[in-house]
Amino acid sequence: MCDTCGCNITDANQHLLKPGGKFYRTAEGHEAVTVLKGLLSENDHMAMHNRQHFDRHGVLAINLMSSPGSGKTALLEATLDAIDKGLRVAVIEGDLETENDAERIRKKGIPAIQISTGSACHLDAHMIHNALHELSLDDLDIVFIENVGNLVCPASFDLGQHLNVTLLSVTEGDDKPSKYPVMFRASDLMLLTKIDLLAVLDDFDLDHAEKNLRKLASTAPVIALSARQQTGMNGWLDWLQQQRSEQIERCRQGHTRKPVIQPDGQRLHAGMQAP
Amino acid sequence: MHELSVCQEMMKQVMQIAAEKNASSVDCVTVHLGPLSGIEAHLLKQAFPFAAAGTVAEQAELIIKELPVRVHCQQCGADTDARVNRLLCGECGDYHTQLISGDEMLLASLELSRKDQEASYV
Repeated sequence: MCDTCGCNITDANQHLLKPGGKFYRTAEGHEAVTVLKGLLSENDHMAMHNRQHFDRHGVLAINLMSSPGSGKTALLEATLDAIDKGLRVAVIEGDLETENDAERIRKKGIPAIQISTGSACHLDAHMIHNALHELSLDDLDIVFIENVGNLVCPASFDLGQHLNVTLLSVTEGDDKPSKYPVMFRASDLMLLTKIDLLAVLDDFDLDHAEKNLRKLASTAPVIALSARQQTGMNGWLDWLQQQRSEQIERCRQGHTRKPVIQPDGQRLHAGMQAP
Repeated sequence: MHELSVCQEMMKQVMQIAAEKNASSVDCVTVHLGPLSGIEAHLLKQAFPFAAAGTVAEQAELIIKELPVRVHCQQCGADTDARVNRLLCGECGDYHTQLISGDEMLLASLELSRKDQEASYV
């Protein structure tokens, strides 16, 4: 429809143009503007900028999300111990308060930037942008972003990462993907953590957890591990190496990658083209 | 929750458009939301007056259109209704589906008042 001939005036909105209607012409004119842009387009713009920044330096950025206490920092500690020492890694830590997690990472000799969000329940692209000013991306291969422990809000904010990894510890219940579909649908990889505790838990079934993920139409791989016991770590480390190789190849070809869930419905309704 | 952050981000866009259109006030803001956006409609409604306070949209009405969850099956090709935690094909039950509606968080349209001349319809 055009803006000039009136073909956008339908039976449904005609009353608005009559006296008393919202668009009845007065000295003080009304205008209806169609926008159809994402509510978070400011954040998304900054996220795109961050992603370009990572790509220019050939860095792979991975966003770790989970509920509090599911073992994100412990996983990073175990990963830093076991990962190929040729890989240069940095960590951005998001927490409401304290430098505790960043200090745990720094003890491994790895650069860590702590973002204290105050009362904010998630990281956003602007916070990551500021943190990137403190990192020398030329000297890095992988940046892990440890998001605020929260299975709700972090899923809605693009940070500029290439991949989302969601942790589900076996103490939390295998129905978490059904309870928090927005979060688990956004996962490129689901890690089932603390499996050393399965011996004392009779109510967590690894297969059920995966089935609940599949019900979200997710084809993401699932890896079960224990960071504390260093079991199952090879699958995770192999996945990291694979993703690192793919990122190098993408950067060579001038491509990039966004986390697995594209806002399909949003794109369709906004009439946007597929990327 | 994060609805206030989302609302504040949205207000940046609203104010930018209002300024471009030389609007004296924003009368109505229409948003499209799907349940898989992670944004709760009633919380967004509550956050809106706080985000809009002191702006040209202070008096604006926020209209939220909630969209259904629907999937397209990549196996059998059917488009069916689904639930947020059960995005399987309603016809054949396969999980290789693509969401075609339900994750929207869109600023759909604005209604503006202008000080200057006559109205135009966009």
